[in-house]
Amino acid sequence: MNREPTIGVLAFQGDFAEHLDVLRSLNVSAIEVRALDDLAKVDGLIIPGGESTVIARFLKETGVGEEIVRRAGRAEKAGRAKGQKGKSAKGIINNDESGSTDPRLFDANHRPLFIYGTCAGAIVLAKEATGKNAPKPLGLIDVTIDRNAYGTQVDSFETEILIDRTEGKRAKRQKGKTSAERIAVAFIRAPKITRVGKGVEILAKHKGLPVLVRQGNVLAGTFHPEVRGERRVHEMFLRLIAGR
Amino acid sequence: MFKLSNPTGSDLARMLKGGVIMDVVTAEQAKIAEAAGACAVMALERVPSDIRSQGGVARMSDPKMIAEIQKAVSIPVMAKVRIGHTAEARILEALKVDFIDESEVLTPADPFAHVDKRGFKIPFVCGATNLGEALRRIEEGASMIRTKGEAGTGNVVEAVRHLKLIQQEIAGLKEMEENGILEWWMETERVSKDIVKEVMKTKRLPVVTFVAGGIATPADAALLMELGAEGVFVGSGIFKSKNPKKMAAAIVQATTHFKNPKKILEISMGLGEAMPGLEIATLGTKMQERGW
Repeated sequence: MNREPTIGVLAFQGDFAEHLDVLRSLNVSAIEVRALDDLAKVDGLIIPGGESTVIARFLKETGVGEEIVRRAGRAEKAGRAKGQKGKSAKGIINNDESGSTDPRLFDANHRPLFIYGTCAGAIVLAKEATGKNAPKPLGLIDVTIDRNAYGTQVDSFETEILIDRTEGKRAKRQKGKTSAERIAVAFIRAPKITRVGKGVEILAKHKGLPVLVRQGNVLAGTFHPEVRGERRVHEMFLRLIAGR
Repeated sequence: MFKLSNPTGSDLARMLKGGVIMDVVTAEQAKIAEAAGACAVMALERVPSDIRSQGGVARMSDPKMIAEIQKAVSIPVMAKVRIGHTAEARILEALKVDFIDESEVLTPADPFAHVDKRGFKIPFVCGATNLGEALRRIEEGASMIRTKGEAGTGNVVEAVRHLKLIQQEIAGLKEMEENGILEWWMETERVSKDIVKEVMKTKRLPVVTFVAGGIATPADAALLMELGAEGVFVGSGIFKSKNPKKMAAAIVQATTHFKNPKKILEISMGLGEAMPGLEIATLGTKMQERGW
C-alpha cells in the first residue's frame, strides 16, 4: 500500500477506546466504526473486547458484519493471487482486483479489509464458536473457539506471553536470530482456541494453547494487549496491512 | 504513584463500556436482557422502584436465585451487597459472580465504613454523587464507578447532576491547586494526593464511569452518553415499562448510537409507556444520601 492506511475500531460495545489510544500512540489515523459509512473509510478493522453476544447482534443489525465478510473475502483472494503469481490459479485471480492502478482501489468499498479481533472480537471472527449462548460467528478464520472457557471473572488473569515479531514463517528463515518478545497482557473472561485449521498460523501460545492466530488477512487473539498499553500486536497488524 | 488494586477487575469494567447493564429478578428476565443486547445483568430480588414502594430492609438477594441467573446467561452477572456488608460480599465472591455492586439501593449495613474492597478478587462497582466520594470508593478498591442518580424514580435529573458534578470537580482541581486549597479539599474529602495527581494528569476518574439511577428511555441513555458516560445501568426502567423486550433493545441501541439522532428517533417510535416516574422532591427516602 503506498498511502497511510486508516484503521477502524468497531465501536458498538467494548474497550474500543483503548484500541484507539494504542493506534493513536502509533500515529495511525484511526476512527470509530458504527455503520457501513464508517467501514467504507478503513483499510483495517479492529474488533475489540466486549461481549460477543452484543457485538454479534450489532454486526447483524447494521449490515456491517456482512460487509466485513465481503471485503475480507476480497482481501484473501487478492493475497492469494499475489502469492501464486504465474501459477495461473484458476478462479482465484480476479482481474478486477489485480494491479494497483485500478482506480477502484481508491474507493474503500473495493479495498481489501484486514481484521484483528481481540477476545470477543476473536470469537466473532471464528469459523465456529462454542459455549453457552455463543453467537453465530462470521467464519473468517478457520478456528473453533470456546467462549468464557477459563471460567468467570475470578479466573481472569494477567500474564506475559511470547510473541513472534516476525510473524512465524519469516522467523524460521533467519536462523539463530531470536525474534520472540515478551509482552504483558490480560485474559479477561477469555475464550480458548480449541481447534486450529490447516491454513492457520499460530503466532503465540499460553500454557500450550494457541492465543494468537493468523489466517491470511485475519489476526485473532484471545488476550488483551490494549489494556496494558502494549503496542506490539497492533504493530504486527499494521505490518500485515502494509504487506511487509 | 496511584495504582489500581484490582487490575483485572478494572479490565472487565473496560470490556463493559458502551453497553447497558440491566436489573433482572428472574432467569427469564435475564434471558430477555441478554437477547436484547445487555452487556451484563444485575441479579436482584426486587428492582429499586419496588424496594421504594414496598419499604422494609433490602438485603443481598437469595444466592439460589442469583445462581439460576448465572446458569441462564453467558454475559457477566453482577449482584448487590449492602454498603459495608463484607460478609454478603464474601458470599457473592464464593458464588463467583463477575462483579459486586456495593449499593445504596439496599439498606446500608455499616454506618461508618464501606467494604474494604482491596482484599477481593471479584471487582466492585460503587455509586458516587461527586468526585470526593468516587475517589474514596476507588481508593477502597472499587474497579468501576457509577453515578447514584436516584434509583427507582424513572427521573434522570440526579444521574445528570452526579455525572456533571464529577466532571466539573475534575476540571476544577487545577484551580483549587492554584488557589492553595487543594490540600484542604483532599483532607476534607479523605482522599490521597496520589489519586488526585492521577486525576489531574488524566482528567478523568482512574476507573470506568457508568451512569445509573433514573434512566427510563432510550433518549435518557443517549443524553448521558453524550455527556460523557461510558455506559449505562438501567434498573427499574426496563421491566417496569409496558414492553420490556422492546425497551431493552431500544436502550441498547441508543447507548451505542447516541451520536445518531435519526437512529434514536427510529427506535423511540411506538415503544409503549416507560416506567412511571417520581418527582424527586416528593421522596421520603433519598437513596443517593446513603454512603459515606
